[in-house]
Amino acid sequence: MTGGPLLQGDRARRLAYPALVACVLVAAWQGLVTGFDLPPYLVPSPVLMMKTLIIDRVALFGALFVTLKITLLALALATVTGVLVSFLFVQSRTIETALFPYAVLLQVTPIVAVAPLIIIWIKDPMASMVICATLVALFPVIANTTLGLRSVDPDLQSYFRLNRATRTQTLVRLRIPSALPYFFGGLRISSGLALIGAVVAEFVAGTGGSGSGLAYEIMQSGFRLNIPRMFAALLLISLTGVALFAGMAWLTRAALGSWHASEVSHD
Amino acid sequence: MNLAEPSAALVGAGPVPAVEVLSAEKTYADGTHALQPVDLRVEEGEFVTLLGPSGCGKSTLLKMIAGLLQPSDGRLLLWRRPVAQLDASGRRIAFVFQAPTLMPWANVATNVRLPLDLAGVARAEADRRVADALAGVGLTKFSAALPRTLSGGMQMRVSIARALVTEPNLLLMDEPFGALDEITRHKLDAELLGLWRGKRLTVVFVTHSIHESVFLSTRVVMMAARPGRIVEEVRVDEPHPRTPEFMVSPQFSRYARRLQDSLLRVSESATDADARSEIRA
Repeated sequence: MTGGPLLQGDRARRLAYPALVACVLVAAWQGLVTGFDLPPYLVPSPVLMMKTLIIDRVALFGALFVTLKITLLALALATVTGVLVSFLFVQSRTIETALFPYAVLLQVTPIVAVAPLIIIWIKDPMASMVICATLVALFPVIANTTLGLRSVDPDLQSYFRLNRATRTQTLVRLRIPSALPYFFGGLRISSGLALIGAVVAEFVAGTGGSGSGLAYEIMQSGFRLNIPRMFAALLLISLTGVALFAGMAWLTRAALGSWHASEVSHD
Repeated sequence: MNLAEPSAALVGAGPVPAVEVLSAEKTYADGTHALQPVDLRVEEGEFVTLLGPSGCGKSTLLKMIAGLLQPSDGRLLLWRRPVAQLDASGRRIAFVFQAPTLMPWANVATNVRLPLDLAGVARAEADRRVADALAGVGLTKFSAALPRTLSGGMQMRVSIARALVTEPNLLLMDEPFGALDEITRHKLDAELLGLWRGKRLTVVFVTHSIHESVFLSTRVVMMAARPGRIVEEVRVDEPHPRTPEFMVSPQFSRYARRLQDSLLRVSESATDADARSEIRA
């Protein structure tokens, strides 16, 4: 809407201000730990945390890879399933009325309570953890996409009807484009939930060995009172969450912002 | 096939009217009587406005003509065919809503091309017609713009271009300029008259503005509310093209005055009826 310089300034500020807060917090943390001479098994200093991260990098980044794999697989599975379910829902109000309570049931049942059952039923630990995380991430995609597919301008819908549009034409040219902003809103929530689901599933599954993720690292570090390593693993989980959020925001902008250009080149 | 043929009794009764409304009425499921049985005949080439206060059923009538609403009783014919069988006659209708009703994710050209895309018109042919339609409303330079970057008046022009791109015979407009400022509205009214004359369209135009109805139409159909009905028809026998000077002429004032008077008369009798029913209650 407005010119370039202001937007650039805005964007720079959006990065600079939180970065400044981070610097202050880290400095205060380091200062407090050093000043009060806190033992590392209670609160490790940021410097020690970073050192641990580098020393234990093979184990920690290996664990990060596992957690990330569970998260992304779950997110993909939740997206595909969620979109399919919402397409089913908008076919008729009867289907939605009959099935929506079960989608809610799925959402409100704590995954920690269901996870042991899933882990018993499904032998492969990776598969069972992915399914747990999928269950956590599924609902926002279903709810938002269904809402989006229904949130069509009624006059535009009349216009399509007047022009004798087929069901497919209305779906592709009207319903799906109208639903996209809602869908991406759901996806953004689900990406965070998929990570939470993955971590919870790892805790419940408690599988060690080569296939263990960051949650297992945190648990093990706790048992061994290796608190710096626990902090390092925590840092990696937080950064993963931030990266997922930023990735989804970028994806949303890319998909919705470039729509106009893609219409011109393909349509 | 036989159903689509005009009945023998109707053939030979003069020129085929573009629109015939035969005691069509609308009662909603909740018992609201939106429109009492009305009769209306619109000849080819006419510019008819449906004028009335809100709740008089003018939009309901227009949507029934378009086939967007079904009448509870009575019939509506376009060129002596039910609207569902209009395609076979080779004639087309277009509808312009009160809001621009554009696809926000698609640029101006794609929005205008929509009816052609839905009908499966070939790419080159469609592009040519879109360019013509955009030129017709003076928006050639904005074909790649997104709707939200345009003003309300320009969005309405896009909506009109989208209606004209199918080369319709009958244009139905539901208070299209109601949300625009006065100056823009006058401008679009004048442009619309130019398009109507240039393309020999038949137009049915819904408005609640007396001045707009006198300026635009060859005939004003006055409607009243509670219950919705047609109360009067006024022919505006003034030459076209109509200029802004027409709006300040004595004839214009006479028409406006006459419509104003009958609008007041109708609303007074409605108020009386309301008062009586209140006394009875």
